Amino acid sequence: MAYSKDQLLARLKDLQIEFSQYEHPAVMTVEAQAKYVGNIGGGLSKNLFLKDKKHRFYIVSALADTKVDMKVLSQRLGLGKGGLRMAPEETMLEILKVPLGSVTPFALVNESARDVALLLDKGFKAQERCFFHPLSNDMSISLNTNDLDKFLKSIGRDPAYVDLEANPAVGKDQPPDLAAFVPSGSTVLPDLPDPASAVQSAGGSHVNANNNCKAATEKAIKPAKDVQNVKDKSAKAVNPSSSFTDAEKFVEEILDRISAKLLSETKEGNIAQQGQELGNEIANRLRKCCYPELKNLATIFKNTAYTQGFHAGKASSLTQCPRT
Amino acid sequence: MDKNEEKQREEEREQVVSPWEVSSSGKIDYDKLIDKFGCQRLDQSLVDRVQRLTGRPPHVFLRRGVFFAHRDLNDILDAYEKGEKFYLYTGRGPSSEALHLGHLVPFMFTNRYLQDAFKVPLVIQLTDDEKCMWKNLSVEESQRLARENAKDIIACGFDVTKTFIFSDFDYVGGAFYKNMVKVAKCVTYNKVVGIFGFTGEDHIGKVSFPPVQAVPSFPSSFPHLFSGKDHLRCLIPCAIDQDPYFRMTRDVAPRIGYHKPALIESSFFPALQGETGKMSASDPNSAIYVTDSAKAIKNKINKYAFSGGQESVELHRKLGANLEVDIPVKYLSFFLEDDAELEHIKKEYGAGGMLTGEVKQRLAKVLTELVERHQVARAAVTDEMVDAFMAVRPLPNMFD
Repeated sequence: MAYSKDQLLARLKDLQIEFSQYEHPAVMTVEAQAKYVGNIGGGLSKNLFLKDKKHRFYIVSALADTKVDMKVLSQRLGLGKGGLRMAPEETMLEILKVPLGSVTPFALVNESARDVALLLDKGFKAQERCFFHPLSNDMSISLNTNDLDKFLKSIGRDPAYVDLEANPAVGKDQPPDLAAFVPSGSTVLPDLPDPASAVQSAGGSHVNANNNCKAATEKAIKPAKDVQNVKDKSAKAVNPSSSFTDAEKFVEEILDRISAKLLSETKEGNIAQQGQELGNEIANRLRKCCYPELKNLATIFKNTAYTQGFHAGKASSLTQCPRT
Repeated sequence: MDKNEEKQREEEREQVVSPWEVSSSGKIDYDKLIDKFGCQRLDQSLVDRVQRLTGRPPHVFLRRGVFFAHRDLNDILDAYEKGEKFYLYTGRGPSSEALHLGHLVPFMFTNRYLQDAFKVPLVIQLTDDEKCMWKNLSVEESQRLARENAKDIIACGFDVTKTFIFSDFDYVGGAFYKNMVKVAKCVTYNKVVGIFGFTGEDHIGKVSFPPVQAVPSFPSSFPHLFSGKDHLRCLIPCAIDQDPYFRMTRDVAPRIGYHKPALIESSFFPALQGETGKMSASDPNSAIYVTDSAKAIKNKINKYAFSGGQESVELHRKLGANLEVDIPVKYLSFFLEDDAELEHIKKEYGAGGMLTGEVKQRLAKVLTELVERHQVARAAVTDEMVDAFMAVRPLPNMFD
């Protein structure tokens, strides 16, 4: 059962958590939110709902001014350079039980979100109070971080604050510093429809889902907890990456790339400029720019399948016709 | 200017183009090359014809004149129109592990265009024996390099159900060798010296090598692929410096009852430092390698790419860039797919509105995308996949 805004507020009161609430028209961006609660003291938060290639989810909650670099974050989590993407809208509803524009740490109160990791900006600590949506974006509540921690502990979470702007080196001798945040349980998702409609900007800042959809899926399949070593010059994978042997992963890979390209096409006022024609325009551009890349992927997939079949065939004829 | 001076001038502008050396005191004069070699210009009407026949827009390399010369392409197209198929033959001399963008050009053209547009099979020859002889590599080393290069070639996106890759050391023998002997019998020692410039000091391996590169043009060299199809035509996409081999082959073909192979030839991919030669695998800064990181690419372009821009911003705004010698624009004409954007860049840059830095930045983006895509594909190529491509097996779907 999804928590409602009122249930959350009631729960906060039960826990004797001190907060102030402000109602306003529904806001989709931090800028819009600022119009209503910007002059009241306190830090506004931007909240990102992200996912990685292994279907693990993350809420990154930061002060509106904190710069969040997805590539850096991805590396610090040990996911490689392009491992993080904005999660599709469906998953927001499915897992966090909140609609677009309402991502908030409070969504973790839901059972369905038990495996979602939470990264909190250490910048919050420096603020007297911070603003979050209480599961609905037609209200903002402000509270002190200590009170936020109280709430998180009450739902079995260990609050951890991270310097989100830091960019430490990640390499052989420097393991990714945020690797501990990667969830170990995996969330099982129902069939997701086309994520191309999932352009979300929870909190509204222009954090671009990696324009650069060059996910280097260079390493061996085994879904072990590895420190991804992306820049491997002579990557001689002993086994091909599962993107090319597993149809599901292959389709994920393709859809990831399409959504990334889609996001890059829809940013920066395209919507205002083109209005209704946008759909057609984007579809055409997408087709043009995705075609060579996707064809490449599909050919690799085909070649991999053939190779496996070829070797299976060889082996089978050897076992059936022993040399005389 | 008297006769002697004129002659001197001629000799000074001498350019050397052979399979083993490409150099020139000035820019390579391609028209002169076409005249000297005796092949034909690939003109717009031919490009249009290809477009009509294949029903798809011509490849970037055709539109921009990268593939600019041919022999008998019209015959292949005539036959194709009548429903007669053909096969493609191209190759690589695996002299080094490092492949640069120039190496990829014929493969990109063959794969993403010729194979797709015409729906025909392809044989790729890795001349490990040639490199063993010319570069004095050990047999094992040249075989190893051949396999490594095969991985980069496969990463260009070739379809394993339509492509046969072979190395000379593995494949020479049987029907292939029979054709080699047939060809060898038709070429005198004098002739081969005349074509390739061998001297009395060159070892006999070199002298007897040319037939090896000639016979993949004949379908009977591949009985597991083309048995019963002795009159299948062959089209060879290659760089123009390979022309001598195929001049010899075309000379011999009718004498042994085979069709002459047709050729479609490309110009050289210029080195970063400028037009005076072709990229060299031994000078790492003359080229962008497929293993380069985004950072390295940006760095190489910024530091080494020869710019046609003026020395100062003011001068540049007044005079514009010299597009003839500018390398970034040249590279963009190879790899920037959007015709309109390229035109815009040339116009603005040539007039001085755009600065060298911007052009270089655009180029870095284009090349990085290309290289990264290649790296992803390359990482997915396993030794087993190479084995599959190189296995002597029938290709039942090769014309689909």
